[in-house]
Amino acid sequence: MKFAKLLNVFVGSVILLTSCSKDTIEPDYNEGNLSDLSLEFDNIVGGQKLILNNVNYRSAAGETYNIQLLQYFISNIKLKKADGTEYIVPQDSSYFLIKADDVETRFAKVKVPAGDYTSVTFVLGVDSLRSTMDISRRTGVLDPAGGMEAGMYWGWNSGYIFFKMEGISTAAPVDPTGQHKYRYHIGGFGGYSAPTINNIKTITKDLTERGIAQVRAGRRSNIHFMVDISKVLSGANTISLATHPQVMFSDFSVNVANNFTDMFTHDHTEN
Amino acid sequence: MGKKQYTIILAFITIVIACNKDVTEEFFAGFIKPAHFPDPVYRFADNPVTKEGFELGRKLFYEPRLSRNNTITCGSCHIQSSAFTQHGHDVSHGIDDRLGRRNSLPIMNLAWIPNYMWDGGIFDLDLQPIAPITAHEEMDETVANIISKLQVHPEYPKLFKNAFGSETITTAAFMKALSQFMLMCISSNSKYDSVKTGRTSFTVEEAQGYTIVQQKCAGCHAEPLFTDNSFRNNGIGIGANDDMGRYEVTLNENDKYRFRVPSLRNLAYTAPYMHDGRFYTLDAVIDHYSFTVQETQNLDPLLKQNNEPGIPLTSDEKKKIKAFLNTLNDKVFVTDKLTAEQ
Repeated sequence: MKFAKLLNVFVGSVILLTSCSKDTIEPDYNEGNLSDLSLEFDNIVGGQKLILNNVNYRSAAGETYNIQLLQYFISNIKLKKADGTEYIVPQDSSYFLIKADDVETRFAKVKVPAGDYTSVTFVLGVDSLRSTMDISRRTGVLDPAGGMEAGMYWGWNSGYIFFKMEGISTAAPVDPTGQHKYRYHIGGFGGYSAPTINNIKTITKDLTERGIAQVRAGRRSNIHFMVDISKVLSGANTISLATHPQVMFSDFSVNVANNFTDMFTHDHTEN
Repeated sequence: MGKKQYTIILAFITIVIACNKDVTEEFFAGFIKPAHFPDPVYRFADNPVTKEGFELGRKLFYEPRLSRNNTITCGSCHIQSSAFTQHGHDVSHGIDDRLGRRNSLPIMNLAWIPNYMWDGGIFDLDLQPIAPITAHEEMDETVANIISKLQVHPEYPKLFKNAFGSETITTAAFMKALSQFMLMCISSNSKYDSVKTGRTSFTVEEAQGYTIVQQKCAGCHAEPLFTDNSFRNNGIGIGANDDMGRYEVTLNENDKYRFRVPSLRNLAYTAPYMHDGRFYTLDAVIDHYSFTVQETQNLDPLLKQNNEPGIPLTSDEKKKIKAFLNTLNDKVFVTDKLTAEQ
């Protein structure tokens, strides 16, 4: 009786273990057989969760600021397997606008062939090719129909704003609207008819340390990134909101953009 | 009355009826490149001009719903009788009487222009309307909001369906309709054009002026469009608002104070001149080139030959230049019913 009970527990555990270890055998690579994968962009500020409007943060320059608006483009997603096989997500399905005020937008959802992916590459920004394409190819998040305020497009200097962050800082001087508001609208894809600044960043992250993406049919693998927004002001370049309250299309924007790459950390992968 | 007389009367009535029809309805020929013009740069393959698309674009061009409070149309600052500029305004005068900072450019021969605005910041005609629509001092509206207004309008959804196949109005269809209209604003019927196509000839004075223009102006104002589409500092001196022109879109030090070289066509209709409309008369412009060229950063080398700023011109030469420039005025362009508000 006692033995039977023990056996039961043992068998039960085996079943449990089996069900827990998902499909670890990597399927053969088949470009036509696509499964779900997402890249999750979880915005944080230093060691804290990003909370819009109500919370003040402190920058490396010693300035206090909050964040009222934060949105950025993620595009051109590529996955790589350990054997070097690369899958490029078709470009028409590879543009995402991550908006801090809309949690649904934190995932860049794509379809890729089943397989084990050890690294991922994406672009922070909108590539020059798409930025100069016929308007009929700029639908969805790329539709330049938005206004000057909420929009992510510069009408006067054709091109996307691909990183937009605004908020209040006591360090920022009073602006014409009477607020201590800072506005960072970063764009610049390199120019079409004449070369100019290129603030697009291509970011590649190794996944082997914190969990590779095991993409299988019937489930969605999720590569979870932490995006540390504090790096915008407190990255490799220390940026002062007192001296640079408005950064838009200017040479100085390059200093801000050069802080972007360090924002992204691969935290874990949910398979 | 005999049978023959009836036939004549009947034929006469037929002719009268045929002549009564709206000519634009009957003879929409689409975009035709004038014989003496180069190949256009606009990508017509992505947006072929059709009668339906053009007519929709024309309606949109003259549509006040394109502005925030439905008061301003594209045609408000681009008036056909002024060769699609805002005659008499140094800088554009937009919504709520707000003033822009630059002079409104003509909607003219745009199929041959690779980039738009005084600074060339917009490289695709299909993207151009976003700038005036969203500018605070022009139409102060958003494209998304315009589309919402048009979508509930009794006529527009059907017109979009006829032109682009769907009643659902997209940004692309909206922009392409406007492009189709603007591409059809072609100025190629001036006396100069008639001379070039062998239909008439210049007077002696015009011919002499033409020679001077070829020698002293064509370095920037190249035939037959009378612009080489470059950006240059023509030495007018830095404006009161320190507008840095092309630099603002390239951030290149060598582009500071450079602006688009405008065409010399239709100058009789497009005063005032320059990016900030500071010259009210053509005489003032010509005198500037001969007397007051200033050495500011990036002054065009063509305006400083033999180490002297400016272009030496005698008063006789100026008179002849003006005689020639008059041959570039295109009466057909500024009166064409096809591109007028219907």
